[in-house]
Amino acid sequence: MNAVNTTATSGAETLLRALKAQGVEVIFGYPGGAVLPIYDALFQQNAIRHILVRHEQAAVHAAEGYARSTGKVGVVLVTSGPGATNAVTGLVDALMDSIPIVCLTGQVPTHLIGNDAFQEADTTGITRQATKHNYLVKRSEDLARIVHEAFLVARTGRPGPVLVDLPKDILINPALYTEPATGGHRSYRPRTEPDPARIAEAVRMIKAAKRPVFYTGGGIINAGPQAAELLIEFAQLTGAPVTSTLMGLGAFPASNPAFLGMLGMHGTYEANLAMHGCDVMVNLGARFDDRVTGRLNAFAPGSKKIQVDIDPSNINKNIVVDVPIVGDAALALRALIDAWKRDTARQDRSALADWWRRIEVWRAKDSLKFTQSFKKGATIKPQHAIKRLWEMTREREAFITTEVGQHQMWAAQHYRFDKPNRWMTSGGLGTMGYGLPAAMGVQIAHPDALVIDIAGEASILMNIQEMGTLAQYRLPVKIFILNNEYMGMVRQWQELLHGGRYSESYSAALPDFVKLAESFHAVGLRASTIDELDGVIAAMIASDRPVIADIHVDPKENCFPMIPSGAAHNEMILGPEHESEAAGITDEGLVLV
Amino acid sequence: MNAIVEQHLRSATISVLVENESGVLARVIGLFSGRGYNIDSLTVAPVEDDRRKSRITIVTSGTDLVIEQIKAQLDRLVPVYRVSDLSREGPHLARELALIKVIGAGDKRLEALRLADAFRARVIDATTESFVFELTGATDKLDAFLDLMRPLGLAEVSRTGVAAIARGTRTI
Ligand SMILES: Cc1cc2nc3c(=O)[nH]c(=O)nc-3n(C[C@H](O)[C@H](O)[C@H](O)COP(=O)(O)OP(=O)(O)OC[C@H]3O[C@@H](n4cnc5c(N)ncnc54)[C@H](O)[C@@H]3O)c2cc1C
Ligand SMILES: Cc1ncc(C[n+]2csc(CCOP(=O)(O)OP(=O)(O)O)c2C)c(N)n1
Ligand SMILES: [Mg+2]
Repeated sequence: MNAVNTTATSGAETLLRALKAQGVEVIFGYPGGAVLPIYDALFQQNAIRHILVRHEQAAVHAAEGYARSTGKVGVVLVTSGPGATNAVTGLVDALMDSIPIVCLTGQVPTHLIGNDAFQEADTTGITRQATKHNYLVKRSEDLARIVHEAFLVARTGRPGPVLVDLPKDILINPALYTEPATGGHRSYRPRTEPDPARIAEAVRMIKAAKRPVFYTGGGIINAGPQAAELLIEFAQLTGAPVTSTLMGLGAFPASNPAFLGMLGMHGTYEANLAMHGCDVMVNLGARFDDRVTGRLNAFAPGSKKIQVDIDPSNINKNIVVDVPIVGDAALALRALIDAWKRDTARQDRSALADWWRRIEVWRAKDSLKFTQSFKKGATIKPQHAIKRLWEMTREREAFITTEVGQHQMWAAQHYRFDKPNRWMTSGGLGTMGYGLPAAMGVQIAHPDALVIDIAGEASILMNIQEMGTLAQYRLPVKIFILNNEYMGMVRQWQELLHGGRYSESYSAALPDFVKLAESFHAVGLRASTIDELDGVIAAMIASDRPVIADIHVDPKENCFPMIPSGAAHNEMILGPEHESEAAGITDEGLVLV
Repeated sequence: MNAIVEQHLRSATISVLVENESGVLARVIGLFSGRGYNIDSLTVAPVEDDRRKSRITIVTSGTDLVIEQIKAQLDRLVPVYRVSDLSREGPHLARELALIKVIGAGDKRLEALRLADAFRARVIDATTESFVFELTGATDKLDAFLDLMRPLGLAEVSRTGVAAIARGTRTI
């Protein structure tokens, strides 16, 4: 141990030292009594930047955007009691979507814990099921070790949020700094190396396949950009079609001819029918979510399934697979590629060509088709607004975040991602209010990039206070609102499943978004008809300031294709553009969300 | 083939070796309640000299698929060292202890004492109207004894839940 280590600094200073050792450059936070010692220590240093948000939920989403767009751990700092409880939604969001976060919460001093002290909440109790793991630091000598451990747990295995609850006396009293432990954790040792026997079995199965499909997910993004490159290589080697979940978009280039688009509830016709008709399914980092599988007993009947996942609890959870491979997606893809090249068996290329011919027939159906009128004064179709946004920004390699609803699905369908880490959306929890703070976090990590939050008029109001943060830090985030004056996704379900009774789904008493932008020192723009759309998009992306672009779109437009909850992939409802093969919605489907 | 292959329910005795830190039991119980798994019994106590590790034994039931899920979910908890499904990994021993209070007089009292002897239950407290028996054994033995005591004045029971261990040289 060196000399510095023997002089104990305050807990707050030791904490910052541990954060620096973990490579932390930015913290998203909000102060309060219990964390004042940390704010005092932050004030006296320059290595770590603090971004003051306007609500603790937004701090977590901002850290998520930062993490998802960089691959680093996002860091959050909030006070005890209400600070911690406000952060809970963000933590669950990160847990569901496998985002590495370390959330530091203040706590009342250790001797007051359990006394219903001022701003006391049982934070570790409340967040136990909301985090991958959490800690209450009760002894100063544990502080540095726990902080290092929190980062290890957050970023390894299946990534997720880790919370460290810090009583105020621990922050004030001296605490010895210790370096991160070498040799790994005592009990937590996630497996990353795939089993070679299983890899060989998978290769044999894929080589023998007549109708293979790759079903890729967020795990490829979690495994890093290298995994995305290996995925392209493996897809090329095998000649198999590739579809992706909402969370995996960008891992495989949308512009690659082998890409079938997103699958699942709002996935393309060709992606869902390829899943339904495949004989070998290769799941790479996806978790058979119910939005993807539809009715379980009708999911890809007659297929053999291979699943690569770093978390054994995500294997054989909803769907039983034939070849489970526990490990990191990048390492598994590397091993699959090597084994494929070594294996001498020949692939049935003519069967594969037949399979592709069938897929091209499905693709020709053009299931994302919509009709936009270009007459002067015509209403803007939301799909067209996204299409134009993509066409006008594709050269800029933009980062896109979303809120939750129809606009999110249209963004997933019509904005085309060619690279990983460019798409941030709340998939598992589906948190309205995610997109604006997430975009803030992305912009902090990529100051010169074009960052756009594709929003709905209802969702954006859930964290609209963050306009203040954009102004304070001059973050030129663009908010592109598809304003349909409805909670469109709710309205759509009411139309299709509840007899058109639009109970409480109308967005009444909306603010004037142009004036709202201006009052927050941002630029406000509006497009009400098709002739105004391109001009507004051009002005938005040309601006070096934060912008709200309020795009008035067709309020009655629905998002298709749609597989109703509880239906099978081949029972998809196509849009009005297609002669509807109407699917029956079962009673069982009605109870699903 | 999809989803639940085998709907058949079975009972499983799962031993979990955990870091003895605060909140670890709450984590395990929260996992079971949050995901809707059954807990038929649960025991926990430190098992190492330095009290750093505890052993939790859970008796649960579910389909094979659910029990595999339970194991995987337990295994991903950070303070968990090892998870073992004793009921599947070879022969094992499972025991629990019960303290049983029987109140009564006359013939019933004599009959209770006679049965206790047959079950090798020990009398650890007695008054003129009551006994407290201590009985150790497999769960079904305890259940059988309690069934017999019910008409004889069974008044109160305290059971520990199951402690279990593999036979032979195998360790967790
Ligand atoms: C309104 C709405 C509609 C939606 N509609 C759709 C839809 O139509 N289609 C759709 O796909 N989704 C849809 N979703 C999203 C859906 O709810 C799920 O969030 C999503 O399908 C899950 O994506 P995923 O399977 O890729 O898993 P993720 O949630 O991204 O999980 C990643 C998986 O990879 C594993 N993993 C993590 N790291 C690694 C690693 N290094 N190596 C290997 N594995 C790793 C994890 O253990 C996990 O199993 C919708 C969401 C909303 C809000
Ligand atoms: C915090 C939260 N509350 C409620 C919901 C349920 N919900 C899902 S989409 C939606 C409507 C979103 O409306 P808007 O933002 O206008 O998007 P649109 O569907 O119109 O594009 C609602 C209420 C949710 N996902 N998140
Ligand atoms: Mg709307």
